[in-house]
Order: sequence, then C-alpha cells, then structure tokens
Amino acid sequence: MDSIYLDNAATTPVSDSVLSAMQPYFSEKFGNPSSIYKIGQKAKSTLENSREEAAKLLGASPKEIIFTSGATESNNLALKGVAFHWSQNLGIKPHIIISSIEHHSILDTAEYLEKSFGFELTKLPVSEEGIVNPRELEKVIKENTVIVSIMYGNNEVGSIQPIQELSQIIKKANEKRENKIVFHTDAVQAYQYLDCDVQDLGVDMLSLTAHKFYGPKGVGLLYVKSGTKFLPQQQGGAQERRQRAGTENVPYIVGMVEAMKNAKKTGKEIADLRDYLIERVTKEIPDVILTGPQIGENRLPHIASFIFQKIEGESILINLDLLGIAASSGSACTSGSLASSHVLTAMGYDDLLAHGSIRFSLGKMNSRDDIDEMMKHLPQIVEKLRGMSPIK
Amino acid sequence: MADMYSKEVMDHFMNPRNVGEIKDASGVGEKGNPTCGDIMRMFIKVGKKPSSGGQGMEEVIEDIKFQTFGCGAAVATSSMITEMVIGKTLEEAEKISNNQVAEALGGLPPIKMHCSNLAADALHDAIENYKKSK
Ligand SMILES: Cc1ncc(COP(=O)(O)O)c(C=O)c1O
Ligand SMILES: [Zn+2]
Repeated sequence: MDSIYLDNAATTPVSDSVLSAMQPYFSEKFGNPSSIYKIGQKAKSTLENSREEAAKLLGASPKEIIFTSGATESNNLALKGVAFHWSQNLGIKPHIIISSIEHHSILDTAEYLEKSFGFELTKLPVSEEGIVNPRELEKVIKENTVIVSIMYGNNEVGSIQPIQELSQIIKKANEKRENKIVFHTDAVQAYQYLDCDVQDLGVDMLSLTAHKFYGPKGVGLLYVKSGTKFLPQQQGGAQERRQRAGTENVPYIVGMVEAMKNAKKTGKEIADLRDYLIERVTKEIPDVILTGPQIGENRLPHIASFIFQKIEGESILINLDLLGIAASSGSACTSGSLASSHVLTAMGYDDLLAHGSIRFSLGKMNSRDDIDEMMKHLPQIVEKLRGMSPIK
Repeated sequence: MADMYSKEVMDHFMNPRNVGEIKDASGVGEKGNPTCGDIMRMFIKVGKKPSSGGQGMEEVIEDIKFQTFGCGAAVATSSMITEMVIGKTLEEAEKISNNQVAEALGGLPPIKMHCSNLAADALHDAIENYKKSK
C-alpha cells in the first residue's frame, strides 16, 4: 500500500515550482549578497526582490521584513527582542502576555524569560474550544506590559484566534501610553489559508516558516512594523539592516517567497475534506471527542484533532504507522515527550483524555481516497486497543 | 514511530499475550499515573505446587492477565512480564525487576524507561494485594 500522509501541520513537501525556483541559487548564482562584485550584487538584488515580494504579499513594506531560519527563530526574536529592549534600554521590568495554547517556541521562550530574567508572564486562558476571549486580554494588560503574542491558528486543534479584536484592544490601550505595547502573532499554520495582510490584522509583528506551505525547512521571516523597537538577538555581520546577523540563505529565501506566492488563501477544498474526515470519524467510532472549534469557520481548514477515549494516542499512531499512515498526537514535538499536551490541558481536558489525542492534518496531496483507506483501519485499531484498556 | 522500538517490543505490542482480566483473581495490582499516560492492571491466579526442595507446597502464579492504557512500551512490557512469570513461584516473581523486563524486550528507548516501564511494579502490587487478602 502507498503511504498516506496526514500530518501536513508538521511539515509539507517542497513543491516542484519551489524546488526549481531555488535550484539556480546553490551552485550557479551562489554569490554572497554582502560582496561588492557582480555575483554578490546579483545575489543582493535577488534577495531584495524576494523581500519586496514577501512584503507585498503581507501588505507590508520591504524594510519591515527580516528573513530568519524559521518561525522558532522569529518567535524568539520577537519576544526576546522586545522584552530586552524594554529591560535594557528603558529600565522597565517587562510583562509579557501570551495565550496558554502557544507553540513551544513562544511558550518556552516566554517561560525562559520569566525564570531566568525575572520578567513577568501572563498566560491567557482559552475556552474549551481553544479560543482566547479578548475580554480576558483587556483585564490583564498592565503598565509594564511590553508585548502580547497570540497565535493566529493553533497547530494542535486548529482553533483560529480573534486577532483583529485583540488588536483593537491593544490599540485602545496604546492610546494613553508612551511606550506602546507590541502585538505579535505566530501565523505559521494560518498563512496558507487565511488573510495575513498585516494591516488587516493590525499586528506589529508576525512570524512565518516556509515548510508549512510547501517551502523548504529552515527558513522563515519576521515582519516588524516600522518604528517597533527591539534588540537584535544575533551579533555579527550587518545583514538584514543590522537586525539579524548572518549570511542570508538566498536559495531558501527564494524558495519561501515562491511558496508564499503559491499559497492559495482559500481553504474551501481542504475544509470540505476535513469535514468529511470529521464526519466519518465521529459517526463510525464511538466515544470520540472532536477537539477545538465545533463550527468549521472557527477552525483552520487543514486540522482535525480527536480524543479517542479510554486509549492512548501513541498506541494508535504506531498501528497507523505500520499501515503506512502518518498522523500525530498533538504537536510533532510533544509526541517525543511524555507530558500531555498543554493545549488540551488549557482547554480543560484531564490528563487521561489528553493522552488519547490524535491530530490529522491535511494538505494538497490528500484526497477522499486517503480518508476512506484510513477509515478502513482506524475503527478496528481503536476497538482492539479499547479491548486491552483497564479503563471502562 | 514503529521504528523506535525493537522487534520484540513491536511483536508484543501488536500481538500482546494474556490480555484481559481474571474474574476470580487471587490478587489485582495497578501501577501508573495518568500524567505520564500509562496505566497497567495485573490479575494473578495463585496456586500451589510441591516445592522444588521436596518438602511441602509453594505458591506459584498459575495464571496472569493484564489490561493496559498506554504507549507501545507500556503494552509490550505488560505482555512480556506475563510470559516471564507464568508458573513461577511468588518468590521468584517478586524478584523480577522493570529492567529485566526491558532487557527481555531487547531494550526500550531511553525516554520510555522512566514512565512506561512499570510492569514489574504492577505485578508486585498484585502479589502484595494477594498476600494482604489471604
Ligand atoms: C504554530 C507554530 N509555530 C512555530 C512553529 C515552529 O516552526 P519551525 O520549527 O519551522 O521553526 C511551528 C511548527 O512546528 C508551528 O506549528
Ligand atoms: Zn508510555
């Protein structure tokens, strides 16, 4: 049997057009954009063209785009850069606000700043569907709040956050403030399907990583609205307007921008497939909980995650893996650890239930056939594991 | 994912031995905690046989069954230990350690050693439960 890949929120394959766009920049047009001779300057203009295109796609201006090694770096740069600017340049003890369902690259960074530097951290609660209530943000903003970071779409349960409403609240709070609160969003999972125009969203910073939308791994960007103050976190060369030292990864940047151009921004087809999956799983398997928003519009088009009660996620995944079917339990990184998902815990699920979670995430390679094939096996796998379970 | 486990682990995970419960069990044990994501329950049936020394009788595990909520390692260690202790005296069974179970399976991935390797503890709990109820 061919393998079936249902883990597109973890990563996606590089598309043909992306690969061919990147190809010339490895050996043929290999110059360093900082070099003054011809091939260097050619690389420089390729880089700046890419920046211009990325900016246009985000409704930003080119000087507001910083290329990075991916969203983990972008998220680290946003939180640390802003918080350290306040603590070091303004002498203020920073207060950071995030949601309780952020990706580990935000959550762990914020907790690191709290534990190692004594900064203040507030994690906003979410509803049982995994959505932040803007009212809650209003309540926790303080005088020393420096940055609010709320993801656009959650990677585990697919819940879409009300970014525009949150932005309004921050704008209102900023009216009376000298030092403006920075609003950052991790738009990694959303980029492909939702409007990511930074003006529409009303964000000051936005993170992307290319490999979630058919670009290469190890490249991303951070949009930083002009005038937003932050301390660079890498020292070295003068690249990226002195904001991110290190020779620019030209082939990968070219690849990312090609992938950004190809992103369809409409999730209709994928959402239909997702709804087909949800319907079959919830109808054909007893004692299943669909986690995250129950209404399609509040959910990313590509993510459907479930709790299979009385059994444990990994044991389901291994059975699927042996059949050549790839899915994940929560996020790719948590499947390597034993702790249950902080996202499901924040949504109010107890540990036992949280351990039974499986995420399916769809991509352009998937069709109904994949779901039909998967559903030939999943009900039996669940039944077999339940037969072994001490939980009745 | 299946690749992170040994052949023996995968064999026991896919074809677990002695799954189920013993209705009139002599002892029942349970180990694990939901935070880690593994819960094991062991049922033992204790019988008597002439002791190997020739004098009197000794108590042996005549039958054992398990139920497990957990990962591949949790299921495989549960299954493995049931094979290891059938017919053993209680004294012998009490000496079996979690590490011996892991070894019998050709080893476990390091992160699984701490949380999921609890089968011997569950068995010991069942033996204790039997002794207390005597
Ligand atoms: C929501 C979210 N943020 C950040 C990241 C980190 O991206 P990367 O590993 O490419 O740095 C991921 C992907 O793992 C993600 O899903
Ligand atoms: Zn385990």
